[in-house]
Amino acid sequence: MAVTTAQSPFRQTLGRMFSNTSVLLGGGLALLIALMGIFAPYLDTRDPSGISPRNRNQPPGYEATVRDYNTGQKVEVVYRMGSDTLGRDVYSRVVYGARTSLIVGLSVAAIAIFVGMLIGLIAGYFRFADSFIMRIMDGMMAIPAILLAIAVVSLFSAGLLSVIVAIVVSEIPRVVRLVRSVVLSIREEPYVEAAITAGTPTPLLLVRHVLPNTIAPLIVQGTFIVASAIIVEAILSFLGIGIPPEIPTWGNIMAEGRQVFQLHPHNILYPGIVLALTVLSVNVLGDGLRDTMDPRFSKQV
Amino acid sequence: MSDPVLRVNNLRVRLPKGADRPHAVEEISFTVNPGEIVCVVGESGSGKSVTAQAVMGLLPKELTPDAGETLLQGEDTLQAVPNRLRDLRGTKMAMIFQEPMTALSPVARVGDQIAEVLEIHTDLGVADRRARAIEIMRAVHLPDPDRMVDSFPHQLSGGQRQRIMIAMALVLDPALLIADEPTTALDVTTQAQILKLVKEMQERQGTGVLFITHDFGVVAEIADRIVVMQHGRIVEQGSRDDVLRNPKEPYTQMLMASVPSMTPPERTVIKGETSINVTTLNKVYGRKGWLSKDRIVHAAKDVDLYVKKGETLGIVGESGSGKSTVARCIARLINPTSGSISLHGTEIATLPESKLRPHRSKVQIVFQDPYRSLNPRRTIGQSIIEAPMNYGITQDKALADARDLMELVGLSGDALDRYPHQFSGGQRQRICIARALAVKPEVLIADEAVSALDVSVQAQVLELLDDIRDRYNLAMLFITHDLRVAAQICDRLIVMQHGVVVEQGPTRSVYSDPQHDYTRLLLDAAPGTDVEFGSGRAH
Repeated sequence: MAVTTAQSPFRQTLGRMFSNTSVLLGGGLALLIALMGIFAPYLDTRDPSGISPRNRNQPPGYEATVRDYNTGQKVEVVYRMGSDTLGRDVYSRVVYGARTSLIVGLSVAAIAIFVGMLIGLIAGYFRFADSFIMRIMDGMMAIPAILLAIAVVSLFSAGLLSVIVAIVVSEIPRVVRLVRSVVLSIREEPYVEAAITAGTPTPLLLVRHVLPNTIAPLIVQGTFIVASAIIVEAILSFLGIGIPPEIPTWGNIMAEGRQVFQLHPHNILYPGIVLALTVLSVNVLGDGLRDTMDPRFSKQV
Repeated sequence: MSDPVLRVNNLRVRLPKGADRPHAVEEISFTVNPGEIVCVVGESGSGKSVTAQAVMGLLPKELTPDAGETLLQGEDTLQAVPNRLRDLRGTKMAMIFQEPMTALSPVARVGDQIAEVLEIHTDLGVADRRARAIEIMRAVHLPDPDRMVDSFPHQLSGGQRQRIMIAMALVLDPALLIADEPTTALDVTTQAQILKLVKEMQERQGTGVLFITHDFGVVAEIADRIVVMQHGRIVEQGSRDDVLRNPKEPYTQMLMASVPSMTPPERTVIKGETSINVTTLNKVYGRKGWLSKDRIVHAAKDVDLYVKKGETLGIVGESGSGKSTVARCIARLINPTSGSISLHGTEIATLPESKLRPHRSKVQIVFQDPYRSLNPRRTIGQSIIEAPMNYGITQDKALADARDLMELVGLSGDALDRYPHQFSGGQRQRICIARALAVKPEVLIADEAVSALDVSVQAQVLELLDDIRDRYNLAMLFITHDLRVAAQICDRLIVMQHGVVVEQGPTRSVYSDPQHDYTRLLLDAAPGTDVEFGSGRAH
């Protein structure tokens, strides 16, 4: 036998992952954007909602003297990405906007995966529940995600929580379908049958033998959910039905820049670029993860 | 004799870095003459398929031939440019594969797939191509070719699909036909027909055939000359009778000795108490038609069987005969529709899952595919102690037992914290046996447990199974399609066809004096019965 030390399949996957260009590239960029959100106050930003009507609609690189709200002192400031229609600093708003986008993206992915995994596991393993659950999921998938989100947001008050719930509801059916399909094929595996004949109680059997097989596809699916949740959040904000306009989100910034887009394109340009980069990096990361975690790719010579 | 169709000279194919040996095949030299069937035989990993792929120019990108030549009627296919190779394939050389379902396109009619070969390589018109397709389909003895030419692959049986493959390969009269395990996925009766067909076509058209197989029975049935391979090298080659009747190399002798003999040995009748008793077991799939017609399949119909302690009962039959259904009903992996399964007087056929759990430990099963029957994410120690811990044994005790079991099945007790991918197929099957024994079962079901193994490994695992049956006084239910294996290990035999038991009795009398037509058909179809294998079976 060539290998003498026991290397678990998990560690092998980890090794493959960290030698994959897509994973490193996408993961690195996504990490950079996450750090930008976390350390927003230290990146030479100002209060993202501090208005300055005198300096509104200025181009990127505009320098101005404004009075600081707290100290009353006059300070020299630079509008790196210009100012919006209320004279707010677009640069600060874009940097702070990363927080909302990442919170929405990550929490939607986490909740959707957890709930979807539970439902999918039940639908895949217990035959009697299958058709009932899947018909509900089919029904949910028939409603366009944005419409469903608008309906959910309008039922509750607009805010971060209701936006998250709205996006989660439309993402769950996809996760359920994925988990169910994995469970349906895994439950036929001889090692699962061996565990049944070994008398392993069903909940333990699911956790021990079936669930681990869903982790890899779910992580991959999770990255795509993060990307699509960030976009849906931006769309809802852009439509003015998502997070209230005083909180900076990329969608909100673009929504406010829309009226003066032809005169002052920077209001849409910069948040748009960062949004596109974020979604791109997360998707590249997801592609890389799929290549390294999918057992079909690891079987090659 | 005329020039050989294929002459392989000192072929060497490099393996990518990190493989277990530097070359897939090394210094391979052999010839195939017109009208001759050359069998390349060897165990998995011996490089026999790589040889065929090198000739066809079908090697995967990772494998590069770095020395030697493969001369097809004097032309080196290793040096041929892709366009030239494309011309050669079909016209001068053709290949048939193991799995006729995946080798045919599922979305094209079989006639069109045969005609496609003609369309690429000839300038025949549409009508002529169709006529030629029907003609070749008739030549390979497909029933009603005028109608079948418009069928899709899924409408045909496995044997018919393989006939289509042969028709496609031979439609342009190639000089060389390469057959890579063409009968491995087929039932034994179908296999016999396909072998007969290959032989007939080869004789009629004078084709040289390079026949790759792992099955010595098939070799004995069809070969003119034999090439034995091991670890990428040719161990021995010679005429059929030379190699089979008088093997010179120890490896060939060992392989020949490992192939189970078709003659069952004398066995004493086991007189013990009955361990498991199955009466009128039925398993019905499908549903009663509500708006449409009833769609019901009787996977098992009124099956009666019993196994005594210390006895091996074999269930033989072809695919779809219901032998696995019976085994899975007894292990309660599926619920029988009706009937009784009595385990020491306890009726387990109808117990609900919660009441069944205490009885599960008494019936254990060893599956066919050693690569899928162990959870790849868990160490083999975790896999073996899972069942005992379910029945309340402490982890330390279970681990100690697992060490003993590992040694019992011939593996090191220190290997418990390794993962399944670090073991070979035969070793994994030993681990599965150890896992089944961990809960001290009374009934052990071996569901095609040695079918996926190489003959030499198969012989060892069979011996192990026989040994533990004896040691633990187990009632063993041995399910197999392989009549050679059944002959050697089973005390009594049940022959199943279409879900019904057609014959049963002591193995020796079933083989020497079969009562049912189907049993006779099966025994006749077994390949290579005129050569005596397993004579030197190590005991």
